[in-house]
Amino acid sequence: MSLLHIAIIAPFLFALTVPFFYKKISSIHTGWFVLVLPAVLFVYLLTFIPTMASGEVITHMLNWVPSLGINFNIHLDGLALLFALLITGIGTLVVLYSIFYLDKNKESLHNFYFYLLMFMGAMLGVVLSGNLMVLYVFWELTSLSSALLIGYWYNREKSRYGAQKSMLITVSGGFAMLAGFSLLYVMTGTFTITEIIAQADVIAQSSLFIPAMLLVLAGAFTKSAQFPFHIWLPDAMEAPTPVSAYLHSATMVKAGIYLVARLSPVFSGSSEWFWLVSGFGLFTLLWGSFNAVRQTDLKSILAYSTISQLGMIMSMLGVGSAAAFYGYKAGFTAATIAAIFHLINHSTFKGSLFMVAGIVDHETGTRDIRKLGGLMTIMPITFTISVIGAFSMAGIYPFNGFLSKELFLESMLHATDITSFNMQSLGILFPVVAWVASVFTFVYSMILVFKTFRGKYQPEKLEKKPHEAPIGMLIPPIVLASLVVFFGFFPNVLSNTIIEPAVKAIYPASLTGIESFDIHFSAWHGFNYPPLYMTLTIIAVGILMYLTLAKWQKIYAFLRLHKKDPINYIYDGFLDKLVSGSAKVTNLQMTGLLRDYFVYMNVFLIALAFYTLYHFNAFAIDTTNVAPIPIYVWILVGIVAAAALAVPFINNRVAAIISVGFVGFLVALFFVMFRAPDLALTQLLVETVTTALFLLCFYHLPELRKEKSKPTFKWVNLFISLGVGSLVTTMALSAMAFGNKKPFESISNYFIENSHDLGGGDNVVNVILVDFRGMDTMLEILVLGIAALGVVTLIKLRMNGKEDV
Amino acid sequence: MEILIAILIGVLFSVATYLILTKSLFRVVLGTVLLSHGAHLLILTMGGLGGKSAPLLGEEAANYTDPLPQALILTAIVISFGMTALLLVMTYRTYKVHQTDDLDQLRGRSDE
Repeated sequence: MSLLHIAIIAPFLFALTVPFFYKKISSIHTGWFVLVLPAVLFVYLLTFIPTMASGEVITHMLNWVPSLGINFNIHLDGLALLFALLITGIGTLVVLYSIFYLDKNKESLHNFYFYLLMFMGAMLGVVLSGNLMVLYVFWELTSLSSALLIGYWYNREKSRYGAQKSMLITVSGGFAMLAGFSLLYVMTGTFTITEIIAQADVIAQSSLFIPAMLLVLAGAFTKSAQFPFHIWLPDAMEAPTPVSAYLHSATMVKAGIYLVARLSPVFSGSSEWFWLVSGFGLFTLLWGSFNAVRQTDLKSILAYSTISQLGMIMSMLGVGSAAAFYGYKAGFTAATIAAIFHLINHSTFKGSLFMVAGIVDHETGTRDIRKLGGLMTIMPITFTISVIGAFSMAGIYPFNGFLSKELFLESMLHATDITSFNMQSLGILFPVVAWVASVFTFVYSMILVFKTFRGKYQPEKLEKKPHEAPIGMLIPPIVLASLVVFFGFFPNVLSNTIIEPAVKAIYPASLTGIESFDIHFSAWHGFNYPPLYMTLTIIAVGILMYLTLAKWQKIYAFLRLHKKDPINYIYDGFLDKLVSGSAKVTNLQMTGLLRDYFVYMNVFLIALAFYTLYHFNAFAIDTTNVAPIPIYVWILVGIVAAAALAVPFINNRVAAIISVGFVGFLVALFFVMFRAPDLALTQLLVETVTTALFLLCFYHLPELRKEKSKPTFKWVNLFISLGVGSLVTTMALSAMAFGNKKPFESISNYFIENSHDLGGGDNVVNVILVDFRGMDTMLEILVLGIAALGVVTLIKLRMNGKEDV
Repeated sequence: MEILIAILIGVLFSVATYLILTKSLFRVVLGTVLLSHGAHLLILTMGGLGGKSAPLLGEEAANYTDPLPQALILTAIVISFGMTALLLVMTYRTYKVHQTDDLDQLRGRSDE
């Protein structure tokens, strides 16, 4: 157990103390206590930056279930550190923000901070785990805590809907991912990530390579809201805004990105991986940005924008995976570097934008951009922050989004140079999609700022009188916005400290021989640089489109795209059909009629047993050891059969009882014939008592009616009962024949030989019952006792009034 | 003889199954009684019916019948008797409470 283990567990332990703080120290907002933890963790993690920059990887072993290869190992490399810093850093800011956002008197803060800390610990566990199974455990914990946070205001129906939706989608993906991990285990025999990566060539040869890849990607895509699994993210906006800022922009939705990056060394280099990751990424980028323009709710715009930006990062990782195919030559790795860089940038500007949306909501009472407007002079600081964030998102100089957007465009242009994977024909799509999506990104970024803060001030539509937010609420977005500006001007602070170790983790040096990636960001590449012109055209076309927004937005109505994503209809319809379909199946099968269940059981028994007999060709009759049949046996058999066959036709209860009793007495006669005196005795006695019992209570029993049922009903019954009868006969004959074929010594000789000497009795059957196998007899007496008690209880006990009949 | 008894057992099982599949609870109980007769005979038959003498050592015979199936059947008879008695009383109680022994009407409430 190392300090890093404790860092993962600490949030969970701390979460347990939260209700205590909430109940006992109610004068201070619980968030202040919680704030300590992420701040300490952030500072602690910062100390690893020099170690990571020197290319070292920190691993700590801790056995958990060693027999299954599931161990709580820590694997801290550049990629993990980057994510861990994002989680704790933005976590600190979000907790600070939430202190001012959530009212300590109106909200149940203990729930909120419990879930939030649980999420933080789970997320740290995801990124720091060196074992796939442990990663999966934490992965599901993030899904769970995310659903709890989305449903934080659980008395709102939309919150519950959003929580359920995100839970269903991400957990389904998580299960797929678990299956993928299991396949990786099947191929490599280990869950340890480093060992799996070391066996990448074994995996690439395996026939399970593609299934494992698809299943793992299903997990990553659902978590990271890639098309068509993105639909949960807009509905997750029902969560409190700090949650949206933290989970649904900066950390959890990047878990899928993390997974793709983490397992890149295993899968990259294959065309399937390249196309799946970059294809889905690009389409998500386009779809998200296209739909974001349509939204009127600030958080919905940001949700679709997050979807789009995640798609962008994903597509860059996809293009970057081509580097594995080309032996990690410089140039192809640029896309991955851009992906990591944009990952950081997106966390900063998107976090600040969400906080801005929360402030606007908090101060005006609405997030609808149709009601907002003219807030620039009322909320100048918020306006400044949102300008910085939105311009960075749109990719405007001098903010950090500009740099990563240029790198993105460059890597997409560079993707056309790839000569494999069918890229000669389809490669041109990459820069085109990137350009179009960037235009839409520009447009919605402008909508976000200008529709909220410029235009006409409409105080009559607002629920509250707007004013600037309290300073505590402004500090976190100010910090993030300053980072946006800072990284915009000094991006190379990150290059060797954070980004280079992260890229190294995606392209493990052991595979490449490349010692280091020379990463250097610059805003100006000269005039001979195509992305510059792309950016300029994006800005020009974007401004034009923003100004003519009202005219071309009709296209959404024309395409029948509403604010709700059309995929939602598929999801809702599927869920409805699932419920109604399973209800139908249940109603069809669970009829509540005893007879139907008997039919299922018997039909299944007949089918299974006859199939088995047929499969082993066991229809055999062997007459070698068969005893001769005396004539009186023929007669007896005939009488028993006749008496038995008569029972179903009798509609008189006394006659039916006597007929059944008759069969029983004749069975006793059979026992006499087959030299079983004790059996005959018992059978006679039991049959007498049974018949007496029947006759005793027959007066209280219902009259036997003639069966009034359809002929088909009777025919089915007849068919099934004949099936059961013939099955039993066939099995008896078959067993007899096989017993004759392979005769083995019966254990009975032992009983006969030793009954006198060991048991001290000459009646072998009785010696067996009370001596050799006395346990059977004891329990049989117990059965009889229980039955007797049951009978007494049934007759005596009356629970009048309480009985549920 | 075993073949003939096997066929008889088949008949008993058929009738028992037919009774169990009917709608009358009382007939179902009668079916279980016949089913246990069939099962007992089956055990005895599978042990072989060729024995000349009952398994009583005083007989000093060379060929005893197999005592083990007899012991098993003896246990089974007693258990099935207990079951029959319980089922019968349950039928009686069911009829007392619900005034019917039609399994279609005993299927439970419609709101379940």
